[in-house]
Amino acid sequence: MSQPVLVGIYQPGHTVLHRLPVGVKLAGLAGFSLAIVLVRSMPAALVFLAVALGLALLGRVSLPTLLRAARGVLVVALVVAGLQWWLGGYAKAVETLVDLVTLALAAAVLSATTPVHAMLDAVVRWVGPLRRVGVDPERVALTFTLAIQALPATITLAVETRDAARARGLRSPRAHLAPFVVRVIARAHETGDALAARGVGDD
Amino acid sequence: MIEYDAAGLTVPTPAGDRLVLEATSLRLTERRIAVVGANGSGKSTLARMVNGLVAPSVGRVLVDGVDAARHGARVRRHVGFCFTDPAAQLVMPTCVEDVELSLRRVERNPARRRQRALAVLERHGLADHADVSVHALSGGQKQLLALAGVLATEPSVLVADEPTTLLDLANTRRVGELLLGLEQQLLLVTHDLELAARCDRVIVVEEARIRYDGAPDAAVADYVASVAA
Repeated sequence: MSQPVLVGIYQPGHTVLHRLPVGVKLAGLAGFSLAIVLVRSMPAALVFLAVALGLALLGRVSLPTLLRAARGVLVVALVVAGLQWWLGGYAKAVETLVDLVTLALAAAVLSATTPVHAMLDAVVRWVGPLRRVGVDPERVALTFTLAIQALPATITLAVETRDAARARGLRSPRAHLAPFVVRVIARAHETGDALAARGVGDD
Repeated sequence: MIEYDAAGLTVPTPAGDRLVLEATSLRLTERRIAVVGANGSGKSTLARMVNGLVAPSVGRVLVDGVDAARHGARVRRHVGFCFTDPAAQLVMPTCVEDVELSLRRVERNPARRRQRALAVLERHGLADHADVSVHALSGGQKQLLALAGVLATEPSVLVADEPTTLLDLANTRRVGELLLGLEQQLLLVTHDLELAARCDRVIVVEEARIRYDGAPDAAVADYVASVAA
């Protein structure tokens, strides 16, 4: 039985990172991510990784949370790194791998030190002026949040579908993909119904 | 009060129109009403019409005089809905955050919203799980949390669509006791005949129509006899 992948889990605390306003943290994450993408060198990648780990220490983010975040991107990171190895060589591949893991760790630090509803409230405030042109800020904020929260559930569905296919001795990618897509769509419908039933997005 | 005014549903399919629920007229005034019947008989459709999740193709469903299909948002402020699978209902990372999601439209102040959410969890015996991941809960705890999220806004009617189907015996009893003890009017779709028999009225649905509607003991006996036949 596969364990669900846990992302976006807030860990209550009173560290500097917990006390920082959401906007500052999001802007910081955006700036940090840009720097990782723009500054291309192995020493820089290691410095960024050290900074992400330093922030995790500062925010007292637990080790299991960091490991889960790293594991969450590891498959994608390895595939991308493999491609980089083929295109640009070993050093490029390692740098890409380190960069992607660093990005995942930085995102984990943000979600571990920021309650989801604080992020929702911030997005509602930022999108608020667009109300005049017919945009519903609550709905926009909820869409962001659901997109993030859907990740663990979707990964769980993928693992369950793979296990079910293996249990029946099916190895073809189609045996995994077709039921996976159907289940994701069905779950999206169920979640939509559940949100509608709770009146979320009605106002 | 819930009123079905010749409400029915037919859906188009490539093979022609399919009757999901024939035009049904009911006045539900009792506090606890159970709906029983085979899978695919139309029970869930009957329930989902109450808060506008399913719109009837003929007739209408009124909740306290308000048309649920035309004024869904208004009706949903007073009608809570609990689904079979809590996993689809729990969308926030932690228990307290999920209850807070329900409270967002009634309480704008974050601090007060958090307090209210914590009080709701306390009421449902989940206070110790406030900051626990919703994925880490047992099936029974997930269903209790889903119910807590629905009841947080204090609806006057609760519709529950097979809320105990995925639960073990202990949790079935726990959730059942919670539902039957509610002050709200309860419309309970269930396969649990023991639970149905404890309601004030039982409706038996068979092949898209109401087969029996009446006192619990007689209705349950009729349903059991129909299955045995």
